[in-house]
This record gives sequence, C-alpha cells and structure tokens, in this order.
Amino acid sequence: MKKLDLARILPGGRRWVIAGPYLWLLVFFFMPFVMVAKISLSETMLSIPPYTAMFEWLDQTLNIRMTFSNYAWLLSDDLYIQAYWNSIKIAFNATIFCLLLGYPMAYAIAKAPPHLQTTWLLLVLLPSWTSFLIRVYAWMGLLGNNGVFNNFMVWIGLIDSPIQMLNTNFAVYIGVVYSYLPFMVLPLYANLVKHDNALLEAASDLGARKITSFFRITLPLSVNGIVAGSMLVFIPVVGEYVIPELLGGAETIMIGKVLWQEFFNNRDWPVASALAVLMILLLIVPIMLFHRYQNKEVGQ
Amino acid sequence: MKSGRFSLSVTIFWLGIFFLYGPMLMLIIYSFNASRMVQVWAGWSTRWYGELFQDQQLMSAVGRSLQIAFYSASTAVVIGMLASIVMIRFTRFRGRTLFSGMITAPLVMPDVIIGISMLLLFVAMAQSLGWPAQRGMLTIWIAHTTFCVAYSTVVISSRLREMDQSLEEAALDLGATPIKAFFLVTLPVISPAIISAWLLSFTLSLDDVVIASFVTGPGATTLPIEVFSQVKLGVTPKINALATIIIGVVSIIAFSSWILFRKIDQHNRAAARMAAQG
Repeated sequence: MKKLDLARILPGGRRWVIAGPYLWLLVFFFMPFVMVAKISLSETMLSIPPYTAMFEWLDQTLNIRMTFSNYAWLLSDDLYIQAYWNSIKIAFNATIFCLLLGYPMAYAIAKAPPHLQTTWLLLVLLPSWTSFLIRVYAWMGLLGNNGVFNNFMVWIGLIDSPIQMLNTNFAVYIGVVYSYLPFMVLPLYANLVKHDNALLEAASDLGARKITSFFRITLPLSVNGIVAGSMLVFIPVVGEYVIPELLGGAETIMIGKVLWQEFFNNRDWPVASALAVLMILLLIVPIMLFHRYQNKEVGQ
Repeated sequence: MKSGRFSLSVTIFWLGIFFLYGPMLMLIIYSFNASRMVQVWAGWSTRWYGELFQDQQLMSAVGRSLQIAFYSASTAVVIGMLASIVMIRFTRFRGRTLFSGMITAPLVMPDVIIGISMLLLFVAMAQSLGWPAQRGMLTIWIAHTTFCVAYSTVVISSRLREMDQSLEEAALDLGATPIKAFFLVTLPVISPAIISAWLLSFTLSLDDVVIASFVTGPGATTLPIEVFSQVKLGVTPKINALATIIIGVVSIIAFSSWILFRKIDQHNRAAARMAAQG
C-alpha cells in the first residue's frame, strides 16, 4: 500500500516531523533517568542542591567523584529490602484481585448486545476520569473507625465496637483494586471483543460444553489482554505513594512511600535516587513485557 | 447473552459497577450533611459549598491547576499527533525502538520515579544552563506535557491506524499538497481522537499530585497538592463538597463528549459513504 509521503512537505520534512516529539521525549523523559542514575552515585551534602558534584575542576584536572555507598546502604538495611518485597507482594496480590473482578466484567461487556457495549464500557471508565485522590479519599470516610461501615455494623449489632479497617493493608488492597480496576477492564475488553464467535460455535457443534470452550478457546486467546491489563496495574502499584499514605498504616511499608520520605523528610536526594534506580531495575522486565504487548497491538 | 438466563459475568459486572460507584455516591450524600462531624447525619444543608468557595487558597489553586491542565493538554496533543504520525506512518527509521519505548514507558512508570527524575533534571539544568530559573508552573507544565504525550499518542495513533488511507491518496492524486491533504482529509477524520486525547490529558494533568509535588516550587500549589495536604489530616465536609463538584463536572463533560463523538462519527461515515458513491 502506498504511504502518505510526508517527505514531500518540505525538503527533509519527514525528519522534522520525527525530530519534534523525539527531542521532547529525549530531553524530558530519557535525560531525567540519566540524572537519577548520576545523583544516585553522589553523596548527600548540606547545600543547594543537596548532593556532591560528580565532575569537578581542581588544579586544572577533571576530578570524577562517585560512590556506591548509597546502594550499599540500601542493601544493608532491612527496612528497604522489606519495602521492596512488600511493594511487590501487594502489587502482585492486587493485580490478581483486579483480574478476578475485571475479567468477568470485561467478558460481560464484550458479550453484551453491541448497542449496549459502549455505554457499559463508559460506566466502567467514568470513575477513572474523576480525581484519583478523591476516590482514594472516599474510602477514608467509609473505612474509618467512625466510618460508614463501622457505624452500620455496630448499628445492626454485628459488632460491639468498631474494628480497625483504615490504616491497614486491607484498606490499601481495597484502594488499589478500586483505583486500578478500570485499567484492567479496558485492555481485556479490547481483546475479548475481537474474538471470532465462529470458534465457540464450532466447539459447541463438536459437543464441547460452555465451560470447556471458555477454558480451551476464550482464555488462551485473551492472554495478550491479560498481560496488558496486569502490567497496567502491577507496575504503577509497585511505586504507589498516595494510596499507602492515605489508607495504609505503620505496617504498610511500600517503596514509593519510603522514597518520598527519604526525599522530602530526610532531604537525602542521593539515597532517594538510588531507591528510584533500584525500582526501575526491578520494573524493567514488566515494562518490556508491556511494551511488547503494545507493539503487538500496533502490528495488528 | 440470552435474556432471562442467569449469567455469572453479568452479575459480577453489576457488582463491580456498584463497587465503583457506591463510595462516590456516599461522598455526594455526605457533602450535603449539615453536621461538622462528618459521619453524623444532621439534615440536609449546602453550607459546605459556601465555605468551599470562601477558601481563598483552594480557589487560587483551582485557577492555577486549570491553567496548567489547559496548556499541558494543548501541547501534549500537538506533540502526540506528530508522534502518532511517526509511529504509524514512519515504520522504519533509526532509533525507532527507543522512540516507541519512550512512548509506552510513561504509561506505566510509577509517578514517584517520573517526579524525582524530572526534578533532578530541572535542578541540573538550572545549575548548568540557568533555565528554568525557578520551579513552579513552568516546570509542572513541562512534566505534565511529557507524560500526557504518551497518552495522547496512544489515543490518536489507534485512530490513525484504523483510518482508511485511500482517502488521503485520493486527495493526493487529485493534486492536493501533502500539507493540504493532512489538514483537509486526515485531521477531520482523526479529530474525535484528538478531542478525546485532549480531554484525557486535561484530566490527567488536573489529577496529578505526586509529580507536581516533586517539580513544583514556592507559591505554585496546585489543586491536588492543596487537597492532599488537607486530606492527610482526615475527612472534612468541605472536601466532600469539592469532590461532588468534581464528579458532577466530569460526568457532564464525559456525557456531552460521548454524544459529540457519536455525531462526528456518524457525520464521517456519511461523508465516506457519499465519497464512495461518488
């Protein structure tokens, strides 16, 4: 097929179309990571900005000063390792919960009559366009010791005194599933709606029961959607800050919160940078998995 | 789906919808509570809305956030449109892998990482180039634009991929310059995607608290930063009122843009049909 030849716009026009977005992303998305990596190798110092310079001209020679002490520090302290492990555990479990709830929802939308599908999808997506902060906040009012749930359960006599729900891992799970559910449903729906019904009819003609054809046809065909949805939930949740801060308690040590505290409360920029670098290293495989799925969609 | 038969997935779907909307409904109801004690019902009242508009700090944060969101969304859509053309039409050039990676990574990258890395870049640039001299609205605008570009590109490129290229080719064959063909043929067809990309970017920018907290400077408090600092202290009826307004505005915009898209889509299909019949 003939492609629209943008090269004809002006001499080297194609190059200009590429250069604009490329440069922006290179400077404002790629360069920052180089900076984080660089600062993570410096030492903290009481100055503005609060870290030592890596390159210095002393006596007309270039002095390069870098240290791996921040990384050594992170690996020697249990708190940080615990935080990484906790974040991965919470993100993994929350992804499973989102999948268990989101898959049937996406399936219901994909099987709904065509004229209803857009409306149902809109129903799922609409909450994600209202403020994320407000939606997490809503659960503070519901789960608190004096909150709607506790008041109601005391009122009907189910419990005598309020049970602690807010500021626990339970509240964090609720908040994460609540906030990220639409991101699981959307790619799953996009995948499920493309399935060819003829396959299911053929299976049923050959005597397969509905449950069998679901597990042997629909589920394997939707693997791409499952991967995309899971990565859209898992990766951001590992670094989540707002939800553990508002809904979590002392037991909820997550890496996003620790990074925030190192940066804002301790003003230790190098250690915060090292935490960020380790988090990126941890997430690089999931991100590449997600990227490959995205490319597959482009190829279709 | 046969009607009248129990379906597990449809039941779970409506349970999920209840789960998504229940908490928001509670916020709306409690925003009309007369009592200062958030959880004690003391009759209907709109006093918290009055107090909300009295809060000068909050109101100036609203203005600032709307401004940042407007500029970020507008810039992001222009860059995202170029990026979509690059992604869909220029399938082969040096550095394409890095380019597509930089488009997808911001979609999932945790906010704290984007926030800290952006800030460190701004600090380093201020040190070596003297720009940006002060952190504030400018730096938030740059940071928001950057992650909104990724979302815009995903939305616009999916539309561009579906687009029937023979329309463009027809325009070119009839002697239109590529620029003219782009503005008269391509742009109208992808316009619904551009509008939704703009709206998505606008809401994302309006919503961000973590990245803005990192890259902001003195005096540039955005609405989410202000709300977050109040919310950390506990549930207040004033924030319930604010939440109700936000939910109302978003629903109205979402609903009207949904109707608009249907109209544009129908119009485009009719135009394509007429063109096909010649």
